[in-house]
Amino acid sequence: MNLAQLGLGVAVAVGPLSAIAAILVPQRIRATAVGAGTAACGAAGAVSGICAVSGQTFSLALPALLPLSGVMVTVDTLSGVFLVVTGGVAVAAGIYGIGYARHGLDGRLVQAVFPLFVVAMLLVPVAASVGTFLVCWELMALFSLLLVLAEHQRRPEVAVAGRWYAVMTHLGLVAILIGLVVLAGNATGDSFAALREAARHLPPGVADVVFVVTLVGFGSKAGIVPLHAWLPRAHPEAPSHVSVLMSAAMVNLGVYGIVRVGFDLLGGGPRWWWLLVLVLGAASAVYGILQAAMSADLKRLLGYSTTENMGLVLVGVGAAGMFASAGNTVLAGLALAAALLHVINHAAFKTLLFLAAGSVLHATGSRDLDALGGLRTRMPATTAAFGLGALAASALPPGTAFVSEWLLLQALIHGLPASGVTTAIAMPVAVAAVALTAGLAVATFVKAFGVGFLARPRSAAAEKASESPVSMLVGMGLAGVGAVVLALAPTLVLPALGSVAARTVGSADSPTVVDGVTVRLAEVAGSLSPLMLAVALVAAIMLTVGVLRVVATRRARRAARLWDCGAGPLSARMEYTATSFAEPLQRVFDNVLQPETDVDVTHTRESSYLVEAVAYRRRVPDRIERRLYQPVLKLVSAWGRVGRRLATGSVHRYLGYGFYAVIAVLLVLAVTR
Amino acid sequence: MSALGIVGGVVQPLLVIAGSPVLVGVMRQVRARLEGRAGAGIGQPWRDLRKLFGKEPITPRGTSEVFRFAPLVLVATTVVVAVVVPFVTVDSALDPVADLFVVVALLALGTVALALAGLDTGTAFGGMGASREMTIIALVEPTLLVAIFALSVRVGSTNLAAIIASTLDDPSRVISPVSLLAAVALVVVIVAETGRLPVDNPSTHLELTMVHEAMVLEYAGPDLALVELASAMRLTVFLGLLANLFLPWGIATSASPLAVLGGVAAVAVKVTVLGAALAVGEVFLAKLRLFRVPELLAGSFLLALLAVAASFFLA
Repeated sequence: MNLAQLGLGVAVAVGPLSAIAAILVPQRIRATAVGAGTAACGAAGAVSGICAVSGQTFSLALPALLPLSGVMVTVDTLSGVFLVVTGGVAVAAGIYGIGYARHGLDGRLVQAVFPLFVVAMLLVPVAASVGTFLVCWELMALFSLLLVLAEHQRRPEVAVAGRWYAVMTHLGLVAILIGLVVLAGNATGDSFAALREAARHLPPGVADVVFVVTLVGFGSKAGIVPLHAWLPRAHPEAPSHVSVLMSAAMVNLGVYGIVRVGFDLLGGGPRWWWLLVLVLGAASAVYGILQAAMSADLKRLLGYSTTENMGLVLVGVGAAGMFASAGNTVLAGLALAAALLHVINHAAFKTLLFLAAGSVLHATGSRDLDALGGLRTRMPATTAAFGLGALAASALPPGTAFVSEWLLLQALIHGLPASGVTTAIAMPVAVAAVALTAGLAVATFVKAFGVGFLARPRSAAAEKASESPVSMLVGMGLAGVGAVVLALAPTLVLPALGSVAARTVGSADSPTVVDGVTVRLAEVAGSLSPLMLAVALVAAIMLTVGVLRVVATRRARRAARLWDCGAGPLSARMEYTATSFAEPLQRVFDNVLQPETDVDVTHTRESSYLVEAVAYRRRVPDRIERRLYQPVLKLVSAWGRVGRRLATGSVHRYLGYGFYAVIAVLLVLAVTR
Repeated sequence: MSALGIVGGVVQPLLVIAGSPVLVGVMRQVRARLEGRAGAGIGQPWRDLRKLFGKEPITPRGTSEVFRFAPLVLVATTVVVAVVVPFVTVDSALDPVADLFVVVALLALGTVALALAGLDTGTAFGGMGASREMTIIALVEPTLLVAIFALSVRVGSTNLAAIIASTLDDPSRVISPVSLLAAVALVVVIVAETGRLPVDNPSTHLELTMVHEAMVLEYAGPDLALVELASAMRLTVFLGLLANLFLPWGIATSASPLAVLGGVAAVAVKVTVLGAALAVGEVFLAKLRLFRVPELLAGSFLLALLAVAASFFLA
């Protein structure tokens, strides 16, 4: 038994034990027990993943455990990457949950389901047969649904979000089921090894159907436009430590599914598959960040940012597929390595951001940026955590996402001379989409951090905020350390990721060469050293301070009044809010967003020239949701109304339906046989 | 890290710091003369800085460390860019940092620091400036990156030293359609990034039209001096980048004192000429309405995209 096997075994054992503990132990220590158990479970999973990535793989078949297909488990390097990410996120979320659950979330059900959700997520990437995979996938969906609904008695929106999530996740499951079953139908068994064998001689068209149908299923889990509608509803309404697991770990498994089916099971494919992935990814990135830029709800903003980042990951995956289908496997490896690095980076900073947002929610009871502000003096640790996460998310150096986006851009740029007119058109447009996404991400996170945490408090709740308990700060601290290490020393993880990516696309050697603290690209020119950059920045700041000491006056700093145009003290009502901050961007993208504004002017009774009150409402509806989902929902409810006419409640009528149905079937059989 | 790179890494930041206020002075003087005024002389920005550095530092009530650190970050990012970009010498002191994407992102980091400082004051002016600046940054980014793409395709690298060296090797590339289209796109981007007319008016103090000035309204004394110095340095760095990407001749290729001196003179002349041209252009331009700026940037984005297309189809 190697360490990978041991780690996974411990994780699978500790998870259910924590769930049992949640039911048995008294409420006083329940959250602590479950939090520690979840963190241990995540740590074991992460250890297993690290061992798997470094080469200790294993397979296991337990035919008796599940009827019909049995359970098959294989830990290879690709599943190792996702084990590490899921495990790492679970550690931070578990510890954070100890303090956060005191907030009325320490009921038996929620606490018992939390570790089970982590176990289900750890099992998805290691499943090695269609049956096992689908069971784990569905368990993951069910457990997460229960957790999303945790606060349904407090807020009515939770139930709506839960309904959207339940329907979309199950439609996704059906799509994946159809795709994998069609593939398994052409194979000798339902193990992934058999599918891989069968994929080599599939009838034409079948592989296309399998890929597109599973892409729909996995894409809906990853929150890809236009299947993202559940994500900005469910992620904000879930308790924050659950949002973290969903937004930083669960969505990644959608990407895992696309990579596993597309590259591993189907062995690559024609260029149009990957062009489709690339286009969907680019659209998701731009649309996601545009909606995030408009959002004034902190957690909704982070949810849309997840759609954006998964879009960027899929741009990388799509580019990798296009290069691989053109035979350029080194560049394909580079693009896929960039995508995998972005998965890890996104997990790190999104954990940090959601945990900090949860801490704000815990302290102020509000997610509305327009009602926050002034938290930097009241919650310094949370402010620092969110600031670090925002720097990382806006892809600026020396932040986390900068390195992966740099790698992604390098892959896209070097792809231009590679091949064909399609690539020549796709690559510049993809670069432009990534660039627009990066620019809007900067604006979005400046808004979230600047309006939410700096300046003066905009509500009484924000004024009375106080720092969160230690366990929550420890959870944030862990995520922060992860983000900093990934930002400054991506050289620690890139060699492993490079070889995983190279193996996945069938390339002989790793696309990146690590040389001390510098990342160099193999075969194409390009190098980056995030650590050197950070050191240079710090040195320049020190130098500036030193020079300032010499040339500037030595007089002490004096506090002075803000410039208020001589009109007396400024109030919080005069500050810019998140809504006003985003207004110029909203105007620029007016045609895309189509915001709705209502202005109601009430006049005084004496004269219609005098205004008594003005009510202004602005909403930026999700336009894709409106155009795509509303017609479908309308059609379904119309069908429902038609159906209701048939169901009047009369038993005689129902017996009659049964009778005539049997007669009809018999007649059909008699005619056709 | 070569000797030439180290020489560049020392000479360049000193040149940029010493020369950038002079550049601003030259530009103001050119404008003044064209508008029929006598002008304050090219040394006036330096005299202003000296006066500001001698004043008492002031912290507005209700602001935090973000407000105090922002000018330092702004200056530091620009200094790092001045060290790594090949202005005077063709080698870079920190080659793994001398990447076009890194340089662009570093300059954006400085802008972000200033925008956060604007928001931190909690005044309407600060928020307004930050909001407008971030809108412009978000729209500039695609043009900038696609223009970089166009320039790097022929070289096969986004490393600045590699791009400049390859232009030196093959001068005919400068007059190719790719270069010309990318150059025009970059000029528009630089005008937007450095807050010049017609995107922003650096000499306005009218709240309806301010972008950069609104963000820095609360700064005074040495802090204001840092912000003013940094924005002059950013202008110099951007113009120097433009000059050396398209006309790198005169840059020092060996570490001999004469070559380095020639490099200094060459970059000084190029940047001064570009700055003077910009100032002349500004005399004839009015500021665009804020919501017309996206149209200008969309136009420059189209040029950048055409440049990439040209680099593929005309190659």
